[in-house]
Amino acid sequence: MEKEIAGKMIKVNDEGYLTDFSQWTREVGEAIAAENNITMTPRHWEVIAYLQNEHKNNVALSIRKIGKSDVLDIKEFYQLFPQGPLKTSTKIAGIPKPASCI
Amino acid sequence: MKKVLILGAGTAGTMMANHLHHELDKKEWQIDIIDEREEHHYQPGYLFLPFDIYTPEDIIKKIEDFIPKGITLHKGKIDILLPKENAVRMADGRVYNYDILIIATGAKIAPEEIDGMQGEEWQKSVFDFYTFEGALALRNKLREWEGGKLLVHITEMPIKCPVAPLEFAFLADSFFKHKKMRDKVEISFVTPLSGAFTKPKATAALDHLLDEKNIKIEADFAIESVDNERKVIIDYGGREIPFDLLVTVPTNKGDEVIARSGMGDDLNFIPTNKATLQSLAFENIFVLGDASNIPASKAGSVAHFEAEILTENIKHYINGEPLSEEFDGHANCFIETGGGKALLIDFNYTHEPVEGTFPFPGVGPLRLMKESRMNHMGKLAFRWIYWNMLLKGTHIPFVSSHMEEAGKNFN
Repeated sequence: MEKEIAGKMIKVNDEGYLTDFSQWTREVGEAIAAENNITMTPRHWEVIAYLQNEHKNNVALSIRKIGKSDVLDIKEFYQLFPQGPLKTSTKIAGIPKPASCI
Repeated sequence: MKKVLILGAGTAGTMMANHLHHELDKKEWQIDIIDEREEHHYQPGYLFLPFDIYTPEDIIKKIEDFIPKGITLHKGKIDILLPKENAVRMADGRVYNYDILIIATGAKIAPEEIDGMQGEEWQKSVFDFYTFEGALALRNKLREWEGGKLLVHITEMPIKCPVAPLEFAFLADSFFKHKKMRDKVEISFVTPLSGAFTKPKATAALDHLLDEKNIKIEADFAIESVDNERKVIIDYGGREIPFDLLVTVPTNKGDEVIARSGMGDDLNFIPTNKATLQSLAFENIFVLGDASNIPASKAGSVAHFEAEILTENIKHYINGEPLSEEFDGHANCFIETGGGKALLIDFNYTHEPVEGTFPFPGVGPLRLMKESRMNHMGKLAFRWIYWNMLLKGTHIPFVSSHMEEAGKNFN
């Protein structure tokens, strides 16, 4: 299905995750963040860039992996994206919701 | 003489020993299996032990009773795997060489991963039921407990048998009703996931059951620590949930020997080809059951289906042929829902659990995704099937290692 985000028609799944990353722009990310009551700061964008890069390299994302990365710790991850940081941050980043398994 | 070496004589390793014993030419192949334990535990039984449904005798037998004659069981602790030398070194210095290695070292709980989990209250008001000792201690606690706030909690995924915590919550509801004290117990199901299960359709059905049984769901809870003094669990966002009795499933990790050997990921699970079950790092190493990192459930049914696939692939490997058998992630789980009923789910890598009938399309007798007494009978019968058929590698009639798509309502 398609949804209007930041003035453009964007392909999303029924949970609102982008299904075509090529449609992602910073404005799209910003609009999804606003829907989730998050105001993006430069630090937020650094984390988003890191997540997008991990996804590009086919790394399965998990809270544990992020905690062990040298980009940020889990505490900060929660401060930036309160309430389910992995779910929210991946939605803003335009990448699939991590299948935290099985 | 060529050698196949199997590490671990649990569910997966034992099944594999039995399969290969039937399939490989005994004049050419020697099969050995290594384990440090004396007992084989029927792990699904740990769920029933706390509620006095099973006794310890129901779930424990001797390891060697299930290893076929002609296969040597070596007891002892493994120090390290030396895959470049095709060898395994034991803690006492023994060295075993192999042509083909099958790793079935399983997964274990690691409560030490969470601050305070194994603190003052461990086995007083904080329990696990993924070990025999934990389940037994919890049984003794439940016999005397007078009620309060019960949390059934998952630390992080993946865990063995991902439906077991839900079953625990359902059985607890039933148990306290039976003891006429349900009104004194508040049950909450605390999970790092966004709902009761990992697959959306099953989650909807299970969320409904939780609601019906007056079990509160606390979703998206990523635990940081257990405060033993205040008896609360705290998540990374600062959210706190108080408890009188915490039944937790700690972090699950692969065996330490995998870490010592430098062969695992950050949870000691071995990177494995999810279709062929061959290790990604060494072509003569195969990984079966909970020890691998494949995105399938860590469950006995999965190991059973994998063992049938892997047996064929090992024969292909020996003959120098492509590993053409592909595992589809098939899992088949009974979910005890209390009150003598159970639910059955059947799914794989690509298809989530749906409604339908099992194993005969349109007939059943088991109903998928619906509570029924027949499903509960199936679950209880499974213990007999486990000891008498599954471990011995006997094919279970009508249940295919690849998931059957007929008889299911996919949309």
